[in-house]
Amino acid sequence: MSQSFDEITTQLKRRHRKSARLKWLSMASLGVALLFLIVFFADMLNKGLPAFQQAMVQVEVNYNEDAETMGRAALEPDIAPLVSRSFERLIPGMIRDNPDLLGTTETRWVLTNSDVDQYLKGHRNELSEDERAAIDERVENEQVEMKFNTTFFTHGDSKMAERAGIMAAAVGTIMTMLVTLAVAFPIGVMTAIYLEEFAPDNRFTQAIEININNLAAIPSILFGLLGLAVFINFFGVPRSSPMVGGLTLALMTLPVIIISTRAALRSVPDSIRQGAFAVGCSRWQVVRDHVLPLALPGIMTGSIIGLAQAMGETAPLIIVGMVAFIPDVSASFTQAATVLPAQVFTWAGEPERAFVEKTAGGILVLLAVLIFMNATAVLLRKKFERRW
Amino acid sequence: MNSQVAEREMTPMTSQRAGQPVTRNEQVNHDLSVRVRDLNLWYGENQALHDVNIDVFQKTVTALIGPSGCGKSTFLRCLNRMNDLIRDVRIDGLVEMDGRDVNEPKMDEVALRRRVGMVFQKPNPFPKSIFENVAYAPRMHDLVSRRADQDELVERSLRDAGLWEEVKDKLHQPGTSLSGGQQQRLCIARAIAVQPDVILMDEPTSALDPISTATIEDLMDKLKQQFTIVTVTHNMQQAARVADYTAFFHLGELIEYNDTKTMFSNPYTKKAEDYITGRYG
Repeated sequence: MSQSFDEITTQLKRRHRKSARLKWLSMASLGVALLFLIVFFADMLNKGLPAFQQAMVQVEVNYNEDAETMGRAALEPDIAPLVSRSFERLIPGMIRDNPDLLGTTETRWVLTNSDVDQYLKGHRNELSEDERAAIDERVENEQVEMKFNTTFFTHGDSKMAERAGIMAAAVGTIMTMLVTLAVAFPIGVMTAIYLEEFAPDNRFTQAIEININNLAAIPSILFGLLGLAVFINFFGVPRSSPMVGGLTLALMTLPVIIISTRAALRSVPDSIRQGAFAVGCSRWQVVRDHVLPLALPGIMTGSIIGLAQAMGETAPLIIVGMVAFIPDVSASFTQAATVLPAQVFTWAGEPERAFVEKTAGGILVLLAVLIFMNATAVLLRKKFERRW
Repeated sequence: MNSQVAEREMTPMTSQRAGQPVTRNEQVNHDLSVRVRDLNLWYGENQALHDVNIDVFQKTVTALIGPSGCGKSTFLRCLNRMNDLIRDVRIDGLVEMDGRDVNEPKMDEVALRRRVGMVFQKPNPFPKSIFENVAYAPRMHDLVSRRADQDELVERSLRDAGLWEEVKDKLHQPGTSLSGGQQQRLCIARAIAVQPDVILMDEPTSALDPISTATIEDLMDKLKQQFTIVTVTHNMQQAARVADYTAFFHLGELIEYNDTKTMFSNPYTKKAEDYITGRYG
């Protein structure tokens, strides 16, 4: 005898309850993940956004003869302790380069030191009561102001927090990524083409395949050790240079590019290959004229994601010496340089309070670049997505 | 492999089985295009073709019929060595074209495919413009160099494929934007653009609607004035309509090869008769 609807409905209730419970559970996990993300971003923004503001003070600069040897002499004694020493150090050079300045006076906005900056941002600082009063007075007279921190984007690292910026690290990152891309992209794509389109299916190619897949899961610091042993010790590539960093990161990016390129090649339907073979294409012509153009968006997407991964990598670069104090933009691929995450790492180790916001600011810039790159990858994939 | 079979004077219609003629011996007025003798093919351990002997004649349509999995598509792909693309395939026997064994080591499969074109079951135009679909292969084979020659060849091929009037104003739109039937005719234009001798068609109409199918059938009738056509079909009416000769395959064997009229009116073998009258398949 078959069951009635009522009987079946009663049984179903339990099943429905169970699925509702699972649904809630999965939504709760999503909520927790989102919460982490929000807390992380809020914390970073909270700590990092002040880094884009910097206290400036309006001072009278009196280019007198004493200032030729000691910059501080050009400033009025009451304001001198508040001005960044980095500016004081510039004054003798300015007079030397332009002797006409001597004997003139100029009113200009200059960086304050980081204590003033931190005081105005409401953080801990080492100013005396008198100094604080002097600053408060100048703030009221609009002689001390918070301005957009261009120094942060136009200067390299410095031991004076108000003078420290990400320029050197950003250029280092770009140079390192150029090396990585130039090495990993052609090798990775050609390897994938060989494995996917040409290689016979035998033990040897299977072993290669397994190894490449494993390579993607190796802790990145091991690539640093490999880079140290091979590139620095064996080939003699200068340490700390974008060259050695780029080569090391290329090793790390290779498996990502190979795997994503193979996936992109595999997603090109066989009917295209068959059609191309049938009109008399050689295997290479099939790949070059028919498969590669269709796989290219996928290859680009994978490469960008691989590159973004390499861009955020610090551990292997510590081993090859790219975590260093680099105040100047490096001019060549063999000069010492640093990269954004390594710069963040350096700043995170500084004891001064002012470097906390530099650290967070650096992270924000890095995050923005990475989000931009990943968004590009997603857009590329969306734009060229094809259905057959 | 039976050497006697290979050396025996093969009458145009003959069985694949030694000493077991299954067709009437009729006088044939066509020249030989492809001669196949004792063709065996294995996919790994599986033998897919057993001692196939067949003569394909120039400027005729030959239809290969038979139930699914009978080896007709496999046989078709032996003629332009598309089976080379599949792993673990072993081929034994003679497929002779223009006095050469197509499987001999010296034969370049690219040269072979230049002379033996192919149209597939599912239309597979390249995801390029209509113009490029046709012009690509001739340019690759250096058949055309000047721009004007190329334009002329594209127009001629599209005209021969009966597609010119429909696409002449949108040659630079993607080939994939056409309807299924148009795409298939584009694939035919692509195949004939390199002036092959033989065109292989692997169930060319099975993915198409009846009207497109009729168009393609008419086209095959016209194209056989220039080309030798070998087509696989599941549709026996189609074979009866378009083919001059029909070959019936069953379980990897060529059971009967006959002129179409005889095959459908008075087949020599019981198996062919049963299949044609719909008793199995």
